[in-house]
Amino acid sequence: MGRIRMVNKDKGKRNRNSVVSIFFKGDFLTKLSFLIMGASNFFRGQIIKGLLFLLAELAYIYYMITAGVSAFKGLRTLGTKEQSMVFDESSGIYIVQKGDNSMLMLLAGVVAIAATALFLAIWKASINAAWEAESIKKQGKKLPTFAMDVASYFDKKLYRTLMSIPLLGILLFNVLPLIFMILIAFTNFDHNHQPPGNLFTWVGLDNFKTLLISNEKIGKTFWGVLGWTLIWAVLATGLNYIGGILLAILINRDGTRLKGLWRTIFVTSIAIPQFVSLLVIRVMLNDNGAMNALLRDIGILGKEEYLPFLSDPTWARFTVVIVNLWVGIPYTMLIATGILQNIPKELYESAKVDGANAFVTFTRITMPYVLFVTSPYLITQFIGNINNFNVIYFLTAGGPLSLDYYQAGKTDLLVTWLYRLTTGSVKDYSYASAIGILVFILSATFSLITYRFTASYKREEEFQ
Amino acid sequence: MRFRKHVKNFFAHLLLVILSIIWLFPVFWVVITSFRGEKGSFVPYFWPESFTIDNYVKLFTDTKQFYYAKWFMNTFIVAVCSCILSTFYVLGISYSVSRMRFKMRRPFMNVALILGMFPGFMSMIAVYYILKGLNMTQSLLSLILVYSAGAGLSFYIAKGFFDTIPKSIDEAAWIDGASKWQVFTKITIPLSRPMIIYTVLTSFLAPWTDYIFVSVIMGDNYDKYTIALGLYKMLEREFIVTWYNRFAAGAVIVSIPIAALFMIMQRYYAEGVAGSIKG
Repeated sequence: MGRIRMVNKDKGKRNRNSVVSIFFKGDFLTKLSFLIMGASNFFRGQIIKGLLFLLAELAYIYYMITAGVSAFKGLRTLGTKEQSMVFDESSGIYIVQKGDNSMLMLLAGVVAIAATALFLAIWKASINAAWEAESIKKQGKKLPTFAMDVASYFDKKLYRTLMSIPLLGILLFNVLPLIFMILIAFTNFDHNHQPPGNLFTWVGLDNFKTLLISNEKIGKTFWGVLGWTLIWAVLATGLNYIGGILLAILINRDGTRLKGLWRTIFVTSIAIPQFVSLLVIRVMLNDNGAMNALLRDIGILGKEEYLPFLSDPTWARFTVVIVNLWVGIPYTMLIATGILQNIPKELYESAKVDGANAFVTFTRITMPYVLFVTSPYLITQFIGNINNFNVIYFLTAGGPLSLDYYQAGKTDLLVTWLYRLTTGSVKDYSYASAIGILVFILSATFSLITYRFTASYKREEEFQ
Repeated sequence: MRFRKHVKNFFAHLLLVILSIIWLFPVFWVVITSFRGEKGSFVPYFWPESFTIDNYVKLFTDTKQFYYAKWFMNTFIVAVCSCILSTFYVLGISYSVSRMRFKMRRPFMNVALILGMFPGFMSMIAVYYILKGLNMTQSLLSLILVYSAGAGLSFYIAKGFFDTIPKSIDEAAWIDGASKWQVFTKITIPLSRPMIIYTVLTSFLAPWTDYIFVSVIMGDNYDKYTIALGLYKMLEREFIVTWYNRFAAGAVIVSIPIAALFMIMQRYYAEGVAGSIKG
């Protein structure tokens, strides 16, 4: 079956023509369709289809005349007229004269780019449709009616129907905003250039230079935060992984009773919404919180003493790693349980015959097996921890703040720093976007490594 | 030998008990604090001196500043709407990608992977301005739209599930003259019950646990808050003295149904990943 389908696909490819070759081969009506979309379909009898193409063209032209052209122009300059105070002679006072709003101009520019890309796709589709109508007519066959076209959208072209609305959502709320933010990384949209009061403009790679190689405070902050992000990701991933596997082994060993009960207890802790458990832990670990009260009650601490779990930089770093164990170990335990149950029993039996003790079977059989199966999981976890917003934000919000850092604290990860730069009192969208792109590069590098090792990605088709 | 084994088992169970206590400790603390009788925020001792259910009552009746019941309803409405939309999106995309072959299939899957590697909330500010442009900020509708809009990108698990349904079933139906739409609605969807339940539950749970996006969209419009944002607010400096105990009560109330749903979801996830029917 697979082979037959392949052959059909190849045939389909040979029949498809590039836009240029259609232009040279097509008759007058098809050539006209390049200028007046849908002409070929309309005059050959596919009236509704032709009109729909024409409508799309008219809509795009209308949009370009009313807004699109100026949006493209605005994208180049991002505004030239700054908001200013002008003396109004009739009333005798200074009034604010509205200037250009760089932010809205950039947004309009991105929308114009998206609209143009969409239009080009429709234009190409219309030319293919024009050519198809011509060649069917030449073969002397009847053209499909509009009803038949619609029916094909529930059969051969079902994927277009199913995917159109979800794709619209992705385009509008994921792709467009992302392009917008990527572009901002190349502007100086920082706290000194906030519209509508001020303009911002293109600065090329300056933000990246400032972050990566300058001696400014923000550059030092970047390397400091990046260093902690990597340390955090290694510690959080590695300790959770080892802890989770050990816990799974402890529960799954032959002598352990009530396996289900233990598993339920640990899963309970991750079933509670993370923001609830993390906020609760933050309150408990406050300098005046329940943890310190308990330590004082049982006499470990003196009357006025307290442990600065979250208020001292070094303590806070330890605390977030340890609390993250509380959050993460049950997850690894769940995954490791399934894997442990799949290890062939014969391996252990033959090891026993050879007189291997528990430690040797663990390091020579269990760990290699689990590592082999979970190495993609491990790298995904690592990337997840680089982007681990919840644990840091809810526990410390990045703090305690540091005077050596620009708008960042000692437990801030790159992503929580990014969040602070976009929502805090000092808004530096340009740097935040540049940091976002750098985080993307970091994640993408590690992802590429994963996919090189994951056969399932390369051979995705074969597994079906 | 047998004696050694008993000692080992004893220590293993002892360790499990200690670990269980550590893991349940925050849960235990939040429950006793939610019944604490003394007012105010932090107290210098661990065990409450008196117990009351007043905190639970006040949580729902004292609506001068915060409206817990309303937040609960807000979150519920958003969760129901966005989970219906998300489920359709996820099923539509994953079925297309799994069962059909078209030119943009590979490129789409790669783009989805790349989009997933950008920090999610990097584009949040832009989304905020787009919503502002559409005059939709501080509304529940905007939350529903944004939560479900991204759903189409998390199609991988459902796609993996559809891949396990044998193609021969589809082909038999085509020979009998069924269109692809009929195969999708009459054959594939009924076969995918565990996967659908899993998708419904994950997308239902998301609005209950999201904090970042609501905080950017809603600003100071307390009326439109969801639970997560509301509970976070209760712990801010100006509110903590009055709302500390009630925060604990609110946390307990929201955790119970969510934890139960999470447990159910785990089960369907295992079932869904294990595959549907072996062909």
